Amino acid sequence: MDSSILLALIQDGIVSGAIYALLALALVLVFAVTRTILIPVGEVVSFAALTYANLDNGKPPAVLILLLGLGVAAFLRGAIFSRGRALIQLGVETLIVPGTIAFAATLLAPLQLGVAMNAVIAIAVVAPLCPLLYRLAFAPLAEASVLVLLIAAVGTHLAISGLGLLVFGPEGARGVPFSDAVVQLGPIIFPGQAICVLAATLCVMGGLWAFFRFTLAGAALRATAINRRGARLVGIPTENAGLQAFWLAGLIAAGSGVLIAPLTTVYYDGGFLIGLKGFVAAIVGGLASYPAAALAAILVGIVESFSSFWASAFKEVIVFAGIIPVLLWRSLRHVSVEDEE
Amino acid sequence: MKPAIWLALVAATLVLPWLPGLPLFWVSLACQIGISAIIAVGLVVLTGVAGMTSFAQASLMGISAYTTALITTKLGISPWLGLPAAMAVTLVVAFAIGSITLRLSGHYLALGTIAWSVSLYYLYANLDLVGRNDGLTGIPPLSLFGQKLIDIRFSAQIIGLSLIGGMIASLHLLDSRWGRAMRSLRGGAVAAASVGVDLGRARMLAFVFAALMAALAGWLFAHMQRVVNPTSFGLVAGIQYLLMAVMGGAAHLPGALLGATAVVLVNNSLQDWLPFLFGAGVSAETIVFGVALVLILQAAPAGLWPVIAPRLSRSHRVAETALTVQTMPKLGAVALRASGLQRRFGGLVAVADLSFTLYQGELLGLIGPNGAGKSTSFNLLSGADHPDAGRVELAGQDVTGCTPQMMARRGLARSFQHARLVPSLSVIENVALGAHLRGHASPLSAILRRDRDEEAHIYAEAARQLARCGLADLADHNATSLALGQQRIVEIARALAAGPSVLLLDEPAAGLRHGEKQSLAALLRQLRDEGMAILLVEHDMEFVMSLADNLVVMDFGTVIATGKPSDVRRNPAVIEAYLGGVA
Amino acid sequence: MSLLEARSVSVAYRGVRAVEAVSIAVEHGEIASVIGPNGAGKTSLLAALMGLIPSDGAVIFDGVDISRLPTEARVARGLALVPESRDLFATMTVRENLALGAYRHRSEGAAARRDAMEQNFMLFPRLKERVDQLAGTLSGGERQMLAMARALMGRPRLLMLDEPSLGLAPLIVRDIFCIIATLRDSGVSILLVEQNARAALALSAHASVLENGSVTLSGDSATLSADQRVTELYLGAAVQAV
Repeated sequence: MDSSILLALIQDGIVSGAIYALLALALVLVFAVTRTILIPVGEVVSFAALTYANLDNGKPPAVLILLLGLGVAAFLRGAIFSRGRALIQLGVETLIVPGTIAFAATLLAPLQLGVAMNAVIAIAVVAPLCPLLYRLAFAPLAEASVLVLLIAAVGTHLAISGLGLLVFGPEGARGVPFSDAVVQLGPIIFPGQAICVLAATLCVMGGLWAFFRFTLAGAALRATAINRRGARLVGIPTENAGLQAFWLAGLIAAGSGVLIAPLTTVYYDGGFLIGLKGFVAAIVGGLASYPAAALAAILVGIVESFSSFWASAFKEVIVFAGIIPVLLWRSLRHVSVEDEE
Repeated sequence: MKPAIWLALVAATLVLPWLPGLPLFWVSLACQIGISAIIAVGLVVLTGVAGMTSFAQASLMGISAYTTALITTKLGISPWLGLPAAMAVTLVVAFAIGSITLRLSGHYLALGTIAWSVSLYYLYANLDLVGRNDGLTGIPPLSLFGQKLIDIRFSAQIIGLSLIGGMIASLHLLDSRWGRAMRSLRGGAVAAASVGVDLGRARMLAFVFAALMAALAGWLFAHMQRVVNPTSFGLVAGIQYLLMAVMGGAAHLPGALLGATAVVLVNNSLQDWLPFLFGAGVSAETIVFGVALVLILQAAPAGLWPVIAPRLSRSHRVAETALTVQTMPKLGAVALRASGLQRRFGGLVAVADLSFTLYQGELLGLIGPNGAGKSTSFNLLSGADHPDAGRVELAGQDVTGCTPQMMARRGLARSFQHARLVPSLSVIENVALGAHLRGHASPLSAILRRDRDEEAHIYAEAARQLARCGLADLADHNATSLALGQQRIVEIARALAAGPSVLLLDEPAAGLRHGEKQSLAALLRQLRDEGMAILLVEHDMEFVMSLADNLVVMDFGTVIATGKPSDVRRNPAVIEAYLGGVA
Repeated sequence: MSLLEARSVSVAYRGVRAVEAVSIAVEHGEIASVIGPNGAGKTSLLAALMGLIPSDGAVIFDGVDISRLPTEARVARGLALVPESRDLFATMTVRENLALGAYRHRSEGAAARRDAMEQNFMLFPRLKERVDQLAGTLSGGERQMLAMARALMGRPRLLMLDEPSLGLAPLIVRDIFCIIATLRDSGVSILLVEQNARAALALSAHASVLENGSVTLSGDSATLSADQRVTELYLGAAVQAV
């Protein structure tokens, strides 16, 4: 292997690692606030990627039906238990917001306003799926154990990926790159798309960091994750914290989907494997540490890129088998005996 | 269940498939149900009983199916020999997976199994040895007396008998000392560790047992279908098996059959009807199953079985004689000695300096106001927590840093301030859990019912200790249905069933009525007179003052007074500590 | 009219009644105390008043029945609780903990928050030295101070303190009780739940004795301090006056 292949592999690995890092951040965030291991994050990624890629044909996104359908289902489910202002808030979040987004997307999509607008539309129509799933599947189980929440997450993944096949069909799609420019620095060639991915990843991470560090809303979300009772005692409405975490996760995952769409052909179920790689990274950080998860994600990307060069058929096997040493390491550090329930 | 019922089931299994006029399609559905139910039975033990979850049961089934397929097609070995081989390979794999993840919190096992399930799927699909995506074909059917059992009705008989065998094995295993240990993993692990149960072994046992069930199913699958390919062993299949267990009722063995029946039948009719609704090619069953799984968790977390069938209480054979009485160390010998114990949490010093000695035949009270460090001290002495400095000695041996389980092996038993009984066990079963270390039967001998005599003695011992604590009437009650005060007494019975020489009690009198306190005091006096060393942490002053031989009073993590109750209660420092000085 | 009135509040936990029909009141600008031994139900009572656990009975705050409101709505009306477990945000700095204490005044902006923080530092100068330290690394006394300061950042009308002296060294306990008196003098009404009966009685105007979930004695504090039954409650009836 010569050095140019080596550099290309590393570069490839860093680009896909950046995507995994974003997903790992979303997973750690959702787990910290709601104890849910958000397996369906992968579907959000592939739905956003497919929506972005399909916007090229100028038709309203197919996923709108799913957005509106889940919105109505979430409204009906929540309406049994809510009255008064809570019911109005529920109606706004499950019917009016998705309805408005759908309306705007239907108007804007045929105008073909360019890749940036398509990216915005794709994120806007797919990200709200995440909070809707929270209302439907996870909020009613808020008191359940981590294991039950995980089983529910797997069930949700199964259902949503089936719906994805229904909505998008079995064909894959590839999005238009944000930029065709190529930047050459000495022996290394940076394609425009790779630069876009890295820049966007850094922006999202910086944005998240600033949100959690400098805004009271971000601090309130962190506080809820650290000590729920303490958060309630200072007047933070903690029931909304789960919803906020799912919103953030939805935005991050949909953004990752848009970023990945021009890099590879995405199928309705392709996001699952992408999401799982985010998990491998999140587990390295013990589902708790953001920096460890982000670094691990880059490592996962590089391992994947090298294994696809040497043994492409066994790429997935190698990446997921990589979880074994990680779990082993965590297991050896883990000593306490506690009741699980 | 009675042997007659099992015999009737066996007879039905042998006869029913051959009923004239029975459509073969029904028999084939029954075969699918049976194979799925075998896997679900394993999951009931793993998820419902032991509180762990695996999404990889389909992958484990695949390991077994590929193993038997390979050795029968490539080496031409008899399919009957494929079973032990497949089980052995699955056992090794499950053991490896288990030893990596079982020490971690439950969701790591579940996540790990998702990753392994995906890896193994891609491994099958890309490995030439197992025929990549096409899989292996031409697997020989089972044969008996030179006769090949190709007819699906033979398969139904074999599958049915295997399912019955699997269920009997599970029932026998659950009704044994290791069964109690596995049940304790759900909500009672800390208590089980305190009587010496090796939690790691209990977890491994549940996981390996479930894996072996999957292996049995995989072997049956390979020789019935006679073709194996990766699609049967992917993550979606794994999720479906979990759905069966959760749907039927993850804590109930018959629920496994119920869940398997429901899922296979629904799956079958969906495949007939949904293409009309959604168009061909859409795997609509995944939508239905995904939604069903979430809705069941929300609406009926215990599954369908408890809805349709009442909970049956388990009966136990009780022997005439209890376990032999352990010999107590010499009266007045040093039982437990703490010297200079210290424990800090961050900036907080919970225990600054604790030293005392407890002798055999002594009842020592450890008292102090709220926040004085009693609970932390109790944890340091019982091995639940470890001191930053200082030494704990048990019968002259240094046990600093020992786990609760090691403490139990050395003759220490304890109760908990917040009673920790295993919710899925009855009162007497909880007490029998205490005698775990006094039994020796292995899981295998339990499955073969070679442990009956020992079990009868254990139950006799449990009954004896319950009677001693005045709870004989409540033996078959559900443990968590008792009043909290009574639950604490059950804990004492459980501790006594371990045959300890040192007993640590954390606020045993809290929540007891006056009469109950009197009988508890009488029991503790009797135990002391028998030579047991008892340390009592208590804040009911009247109770402890009238009972204890000596008192150790703590405040701010240090000992502020020791001595006879009558002296301690006149000590100004003690009065100050309890009533507080004026600021 | 009392600032806070609890009318026969009951709390049941797993079939055990931890608090049984307890009625207490806190007047404007005074300290009321609830004393009683371990396990009497004091902490459950406060959690019920704060809406952290479900309860029966009525809680009237400033003339309004708040017993069906969630915790955050009670905080918004001016109720604050410093719990026995402190419930600090351990991996956040002292400054962040304090800023979150003012969550209910979040519309007022950063400048107002800084002013409120400075005011608190006058009461708790130790916290000013540690403002960028993580809450989890503070000592026990500092944690208690931070928990109180965090509650005060919300400018509560009624401050409920659960065992503020718990596990603290005598010198620090004295400081804390001084601060409680200062707060009362500045107009904050206080409900003090304490095991340290003498200090609580010395500080408060009215007191109730909670025993096995019920109020067994109540009245003005001076009378209760002289009552022989209070001593018996703590050290057992067998103990004679010393």
